[in-house]
Amino acid sequence: MIKFLAKGLLRDRSRSLFPTLTVMIGVMLTVFMYSYMNGVTNDFIRSGASFNTGHMKVMSRAYAGESDRSPNDLAYIGSQSLITDLKRDFPEIIWTPRIRFGGLLDIPDEKGETRAQSPVAGLGIDLFSTSGPEREILNLNKAVVRGRLPGRAGEILISNELSRRLGISLGETATLISSTMYGSMAAANFKVVGTVRFGISAMDRGAMLADISDIQRALDMDDAAGEILGFFGDQTYRGKETEEIVAAFNKRHQRDDEFSPVMVSLRDQNGLGETLDMFKYYSGILISVFVVVMSMILWNAGLMGSIRRYGEIGLRLAIGENKGHVYRTMILESLAIGLAGTIVGTALGVSISYFLQVKGINIGSMMRDASILMSVVIRARVTPVSFIIGFIPGLMATLLGASIAGIGIYKRQTSQLARELET
Amino acid sequence: MKRLLCAIIFLISGHVSAEIPSGESILKKVDANIGSDNKIVVSQMTIEGRRGTRTVKSKSWIQGREKSFTEYIAPAREKGTKMLKLDDQLWTYSPSTDRIIKISGHMLRQSVMGSDLSYEDMMEDPKLQNLYDAEVIGEDTLLGRPCWVLELTARKEGLAYHSRRIRVDKERFVVLREDRHAKSGKILKTTEVQEIIKVQNRWLPKSVVFKDVLKLGNGTRFVIESIEFDVSAPEHIFSKAALRK
Repeated sequence: MIKFLAKGLLRDRSRSLFPTLTVMIGVMLTVFMYSYMNGVTNDFIRSGASFNTGHMKVMSRAYAGESDRSPNDLAYIGSQSLITDLKRDFPEIIWTPRIRFGGLLDIPDEKGETRAQSPVAGLGIDLFSTSGPEREILNLNKAVVRGRLPGRAGEILISNELSRRLGISLGETATLISSTMYGSMAAANFKVVGTVRFGISAMDRGAMLADISDIQRALDMDDAAGEILGFFGDQTYRGKETEEIVAAFNKRHQRDDEFSPVMVSLRDQNGLGETLDMFKYYSGILISVFVVVMSMILWNAGLMGSIRRYGEIGLRLAIGENKGHVYRTMILESLAIGLAGTIVGTALGVSISYFLQVKGINIGSMMRDASILMSVVIRARVTPVSFIIGFIPGLMATLLGASIAGIGIYKRQTSQLARELET
Repeated sequence: MKRLLCAIIFLISGHVSAEIPSGESILKKVDANIGSDNKIVVSQMTIEGRRGTRTVKSKSWIQGREKSFTEYIAPAREKGTKMLKLDDQLWTYSPSTDRIIKISGHMLRQSVMGSDLSYEDMMEDPKLQNLYDAEVIGEDTLLGRPCWVLELTARKEGLAYHSRRIRVDKERFVVLREDRHAKSGKILKTTEVQEIIKVQNRWLPKSVVFKDVLKLGNGTRFVIESIEFDVSAPEHIFSKAALRK
């Protein structure tokens, strides 16, 4: 019987090739759409966490209240001992201090007067320790465009775009003008030893990266840090675990002092929680609508196929084949077509998604003035779900299409078949 | 009878308007009182932040509206920092970097030494009559002194403050309180005089509290320790070379 069905499918292309192609294209698009949305969400979380929020962040309560303006006058003093405590209490988390600062980077001429200047968005991080986490978190080795990473006091990195704008060469001096933690004017000379490009517009416009010890000295922030960021070792954000750590830390530091530390999760910063929920909600709707539409198309294809075979089914019934048997073979056929189309469609969808995961699509021209910390290269992300999501429209819709179309078989009157076949 | 009544009302209103000077004339007197071709001022700013209080002392040489040179004397971290204003340009010198840096663009809106004053405030033409149209809108009493309340509206676009409401001492022509507004009407900064002194036949605010309304904290208290009018400053001081000396 199976041999008979297989022969029928292979010999009649309109029963096999075209329905399989329809299923394959539908499944491929579903898999790709899912992986693409997954990639965009993942990239949004990863970029935000690496450059701004961490998976969790410790600040002084006063700083946390105004964290959008990075108020270093409200930074946490005693950061070293706090990091020691954090490492002891939450050893599974990587803790790293940072200082964000704004200011003006001024390039001198031969007389020591202003030749060029530009506002900068600065980041003081642990740059010097080669085994420290920041090089990996910010992917610094890959981000370097020219020169090298700083290794000595007074050395800095600036964004490649900023270096071009300022017309500065490697090895030149740049003066940072900013404010100290206590409000005084801060001025410090640095040597530019490298330029970087992160692929994130907000950083690439005017970033300056220096070792945190240099920034502490320049901004009079001895043993102080604006933020202490926490990351899971595998760089994957886990919401529930984060909330548990945040609750445990804040329970231990319940004080009224506005300079006592407080921990916030990634979700609780810069409205990221709402953004992620919205993202999840809309991508869920998008994927659902897509799956439903594809299911309807495939279902319709199943119906069309069954209607086209009206005469064949009539003949099979006329020569004595049982109605139930005809119905079951039709469903079996649809399952075979659905399965073949789904497997090929999933393979193609996953392949395209994987290609996009590795290569990405550059949307830099659309994000030139964006302030959001998101990569300008959009990548898909293949997950285990990518391999199974196509089975919903691929198998279910063809099966449903054949099942509904096949009901007509039971309505055919055997006594009238001969007359139907004559016409 | 009607004509007589109209004549009386006209006379009364004419008498009242004669007593209220025009906004322009009040501003002229305010500018004349504080303005001078040359002056040397030693002052201190006490900045009250959320982490404590800081006092910065400086000496300024001012020549007309175009030139000024300020040297910070204390505390140690600020000592030796200098600022030079020539027309609408501003430079600062920091001894730790031995650099002369031009302050321009968005940096002008930044705070001076962490105070409630911005570089833009420092750069402003001190003669209000050059920048604003004035209208007397009422009377008030401050520090026990009767004042005119004036509404100033910017004559041109691009000023740091679109409008100001000032209270001017009716006899001494000193601004005792000021509210500075954005174009939207939002209040940005306030100044409040706490003490007045008389120097060389001029009444001057000795102690003023500046408050940037957009910043937390208790504001910046600016106190004039000494002021000398019509003292000629050496011309070489108003040059970039003087910043490094």
